[in-house]
Amino acid sequence: MAAAPRSADTARAETPLARFWSQFAESRLALAGLALLVLIVGTALLAPLVAPQNPYDLAALDLMDSRQPPGAEAISGKMVYRLGTDGQGRDMVSAIIYGLRVSLYVGVASGVIALTLGAFLGVLAAYLGGRFEQVLMRIVDIQLGFPAILVALILLAVLGKGVDKIIIALVTVQWAYYARTARSAALVERGKEYIEAARGLGLSAGRIVLRHLLPNALPPLIVVGTVQVAHAIALEATLSFLGLGLPPTEPSLGLLIANGYEFMLSGKYWISVYPGVALLVTILSINLVGDQLRDVLNPRLAK
Amino acid sequence: MTLLEVADLRTEFATRDGVLRAVQGVSFSLDRGQVLGLVGESGSGKSVTGFSILGLIDPPGRIAGGSVRFDGEELVGAAEERLRALRGKRIAMIFQDPMMTLNPVLSVETQMVETVLAHDKVTRQAARARAVDALARVGIASPDERLRQYPHQFSGGMRQRVAIAIALLHSPDLIVADEPTTALDVTVQGQILYEMQKLVREVGSALIWITHDLAVIAGLADRVAVMYAGRIVEEGEVEDVLDSPAHPYTRGLLDSVPANNVGSGRLNQIPGMTPSLLKLAPGCAFRERCRYAVARCGEMPELVACGPRRVRCHFPVVAAAAAAAA
Repeated sequence: MAAAPRSADTARAETPLARFWSQFAESRLALAGLALLVLIVGTALLAPLVAPQNPYDLAALDLMDSRQPPGAEAISGKMVYRLGTDGQGRDMVSAIIYGLRVSLYVGVASGVIALTLGAFLGVLAAYLGGRFEQVLMRIVDIQLGFPAILVALILLAVLGKGVDKIIIALVTVQWAYYARTARSAALVERGKEYIEAARGLGLSAGRIVLRHLLPNALPPLIVVGTVQVAHAIALEATLSFLGLGLPPTEPSLGLLIANGYEFMLSGKYWISVYPGVALLVTILSINLVGDQLRDVLNPRLAK
Repeated sequence: MTLLEVADLRTEFATRDGVLRAVQGVSFSLDRGQVLGLVGESGSGKSVTGFSILGLIDPPGRIAGGSVRFDGEELVGAAEERLRALRGKRIAMIFQDPMMTLNPVLSVETQMVETVLAHDKVTRQAARARAVDALARVGIASPDERLRQYPHQFSGGMRQRVAIAIALLHSPDLIVADEPTTALDVTVQGQILYEMQKLVREVGSALIWITHDLAVIAGLADRVAVMYAGRIVEEGEVEDVLDSPAHPYTRGLLDSVPANNVGSGRLNQIPGMTPSLLKLAPGCAFRERCRYAVARCGEMPELVACGPRRVRCHFPVVAAAAAAAA
């Protein structure tokens, strides 16, 4: 039988979470992606402890050290710039670690806010139906009809620069994906008998939505969430590269890439390329995890 | 004493092709502790009747008319809050597919405890103790341990037992069971039926058992109502109706049961198909398929008393057979 426990000894108290983990761990690539992601997030979180230099502390920077190639020693002789330095004499390793921190923060924060907002509206639309659903889904359609970058650019042009501003812009661009996914997932779940059964038991509407509908509509949202966080990071990098978004005092990866862009042709590749690699690896690891999540959580692919 | 009085119940669904009248004037009554079998083919309106009693008809469906009096209280048009207070507490429902009626992401404990707490102000521990009792009552071994498990760790039969245990948590006055054993193995079905019969007697609940399986009805029900195209065509004591069906449709149903065909003779079947409820011609809905049909069947027969039972036919089979013999 399909729903039978995988083996007799795990039959005792196998929670859905344990089952989910054992399925996730089946792919080595996904595990590698997860390990990489944990490493990246860990490094970003512990930036002040891990980074050789505080790149925001202008007093620690020495303009004499600007645009040094990878492996060069600082003028002061205190440290070695393993990945070189940028135009202000910033150590690239430290700049990348702090840049990752900003990028991840922006990506995750906007992802969480957009997911919460979108999931709430989407599930509510599915449960209430009627005019609320019609209006909301048309707004979603309109929103998704515009290119994300265009909407974000216009918003940032109006709002100005800043971490909070770019999070607002990213949430505005992304909530619609979550709302659409949440609604379709909730519509499927709503049609299932256990929701009818829950109503037959006299449970309240709020309880049915929060305890029964939402958790069951969550798997596709988690999948969309991982993909969208990766998108958000890439979009933020793009916006920063274009000079909108984050202020130069808190450089994200995109801004670092932009800063080095003008030196690319003069052979000082490291200022742009290494932040680019960091961005690439981060997004890749998120996508690896997301892919496996999709495989595990997709009921159609269930074994 | 009458517990449930359904009178002229009409439920319809607005569809793209017009109004689908799924239930067209169903009336029956049920005493405390009595078991009523509601029999019919797919689409005969038997499940919709069950859902209508609990007020669980969602748009585009609606209860268009009639009354459902439960213990003297009118349920048609009652406030949703009032219905919710009754559902699960005094009227419980058991569904067809045990694989689908339990929430897959919540443990059985969570689901049972929340059902207790939805209607009674008791502590979590007390609610849990009741859940353990209920599981034990439906014959689940080591209920304390099973309670902690998730639905996917139960087999189909065990899940249906859990669903029944949940339905029995509040010792309801009425249980509406919508084909609860159809999805189960025959052996498991037998066990569940036995348990159900025992429990209904213990708790004293009245039971409406919706099914297409006449064998189940024969073993379980006191009364039976046969539905066809949204109407009751015959209703009466189980022995009467099943031993000597008066409506040609009931007879056709009985003849279609393989066990009634001794030896290797061809299986009897009712010719034709269930008519579409969207384009139902006036008159008896069964006349297209009825071998006794005459011109008069073009007008709808009333559900009339015919001895201790009620039949909706101009020419009940008994009479028709007698006429043929004469």
